[in-house]
Amino acid sequence: MEYFVQQLINGLTLGSIYGLIAIGYTMVYGIIGMINFAHGDIFMIGAFISLAVFLILTSVLGFAFLPVVLLIVLIVSMLFTSAWGWTVERLAYRPLRGSFRLAPLITAIGMSIVLQNFVQITQGARVKPLPPQIQGGVTLMQGSTEQGTILVQLSYMQMIIILTTLILMTGFTLLITRTSLGRAQRACEQDRKMAALLGVNVDRTISLTFVMGAALAAVAGLMFLLLYGVIDFYIGFLAGVKAFTAAVLGGIGSLPGAMLGGLLIGLIEVFWSGYFTVEYKDVAAFSILAIVLIFLPSGLLGQPEVEKV
Amino acid sequence: MTGTGETLLSVRGVETYYGKIVALRGVDVDVHRGEIVTMIGANGAGKSTLMMTICGNPQARTGQIVYDGQDITAMPTHEIMHLGIAQSPEGRRIFPRMTVMENLQMGAALVDPKHFENDLKKVFELFPRLKERIGQRGGTLSGGEQQMLAIGRALMSRPKLLLLDEPSLGLAPLIVKQIFDAIRELNKNEGLTVFLVEQNAFHALRLAHRGYVMVNGNITMSGTGAELLKREEVRAAYLEGGRH
Ligand SMILES: Nc1ncnc2c1ncn2[C@@H]1O[C@H](COP(=O)(O)OP(=O)(O)OP(=O)(O)O)[C@@H](O)[C@H]1O
Ligand SMILES: [Mg+2]
Repeated sequence: MEYFVQQLINGLTLGSIYGLIAIGYTMVYGIIGMINFAHGDIFMIGAFISLAVFLILTSVLGFAFLPVVLLIVLIVSMLFTSAWGWTVERLAYRPLRGSFRLAPLITAIGMSIVLQNFVQITQGARVKPLPPQIQGGVTLMQGSTEQGTILVQLSYMQMIIILTTLILMTGFTLLITRTSLGRAQRACEQDRKMAALLGVNVDRTISLTFVMGAALAAVAGLMFLLLYGVIDFYIGFLAGVKAFTAAVLGGIGSLPGAMLGGLLIGLIEVFWSGYFTVEYKDVAAFSILAIVLIFLPSGLLGQPEVEKV
Repeated sequence: MTGTGETLLSVRGVETYYGKIVALRGVDVDVHRGEIVTMIGANGAGKSTLMMTICGNPQARTGQIVYDGQDITAMPTHEIMHLGIAQSPEGRRIFPRMTVMENLQMGAALVDPKHFENDLKKVFELFPRLKERIGQRGGTLSGGEQQMLAIGRALMSRPKLLLLDEPSLGLAPLIVKQIFDAIRELNKNEGLTVFLVEQNAFHALRLAHRGYVMVNGNITMSGTGAELLKREEVRAAYLEGGRH
């Protein structure tokens, strides 16, 4: 029981990170009907910029108060990834809008490779470490087994990740469902031509969608860095594929679906590693995706197209 | 009430292409402030293309479109709509996964929010049916309800010029009458200028102050509604055996 609860906490933490990345996939897919394959790498540069800014602030400039340092790190990293998200859309996607569907896919993969190689060359291929910054936690439960006592720990880091994700998700959902910006985004998703006829600047709305997704990926990048303490140029690919899987599992285009999918992938991965074997954790996640898609082709919360238009 | 004579919209020598296919071959149309002007023509004549060209999607390849003294020929669509033009387009284009209310809010996107409640009330007075359906998703409305919503959504933007593309398409005669009455009311009471594309030529020409006939991307006739109704060619092509 204690072991189960501990895995649950670990899974939710990891799932939060996947969920935040998955939102970027799902929103971009929703608005332009295309998978932004460069999104995983935006998460990766989010982590790298976080690390760089963190080191500059603490080692070079001598800042010591952690909450302020982290806040600055987060803001700078979000600014950079947003700018990058905006640039990717501008360079790789907008010029190809209206051409055949696979063309932007190819430029997306190109952008992804460019970024990975850039980071690999400038930062090296070896992992970059960051010593743990936020330590400690609370003990939720205590139990004993034949092997000895086992503790259920909720670390402060995990608490921060889960809470931040919760807050961001709530804010984001409100933004999409209640504000005029969110309405304009949904309008562009459903009928771009009509949205323009109502005065919506479609190009700008699409750019903003990329920027929002990229900003969330930066948050995920910082969380990943703090949680695991090591990053390399390749983390974007793995996390990206999993977040993409999460978005499809939850129902691509659906915001709550992306979050749910992220949590599920995180849980599956952690539980599989915890109860079976670490080696096959990714296989497990993808198998479950395949099974779900057989029975629910549009994902868990995706909307099958039933309306007449 | 007839127009004041002052030109609100002027279309001059407009040619529009879809790739290599020509859809408008030098169209001239004038709409004066306070007028109802209609454009009739057979399927594929280019009526919807003209409506969309006015809104900049597709843009005219040659010619000029001037609205309210401003050249809008090469403006992007969303900027044109900021100038007080609204369109209820062909096929209605209701946002299917938004509620009736959200569709109306989209219509009001460019308007000072202080007008919203009042404008909403007016739309509901015009189309009480929409009020009953306020929380329903656009995609699940009936065709007639969608048409009402499309017009209501256009009105929510407080247009000076309302473009209506076949508002009677697929509707029961009673609803068509209701919609045409509504257009007449808006024109009379609020001085709203309306440019209306219709296949339902009989109703449209009776409603409109002036009309144009489009054939194959060209304007072939124009005149007051009453004049056109009397013309033999119009009767033969669009009225006798037609849908009235
Ligand atoms: N997107 C498009 N691509 C290519 N050709 C088009 C496109 N839209 C319209 N056309 C062509 O342009 C011509 C004019 O079409 P348009 O829709 O303007 O006609 P319409 O007068 O509105 O007809 P209807 O009464 O059937 O609505 C038609 O020949 C049509 O096939
Ligand atoms: Mg048409």
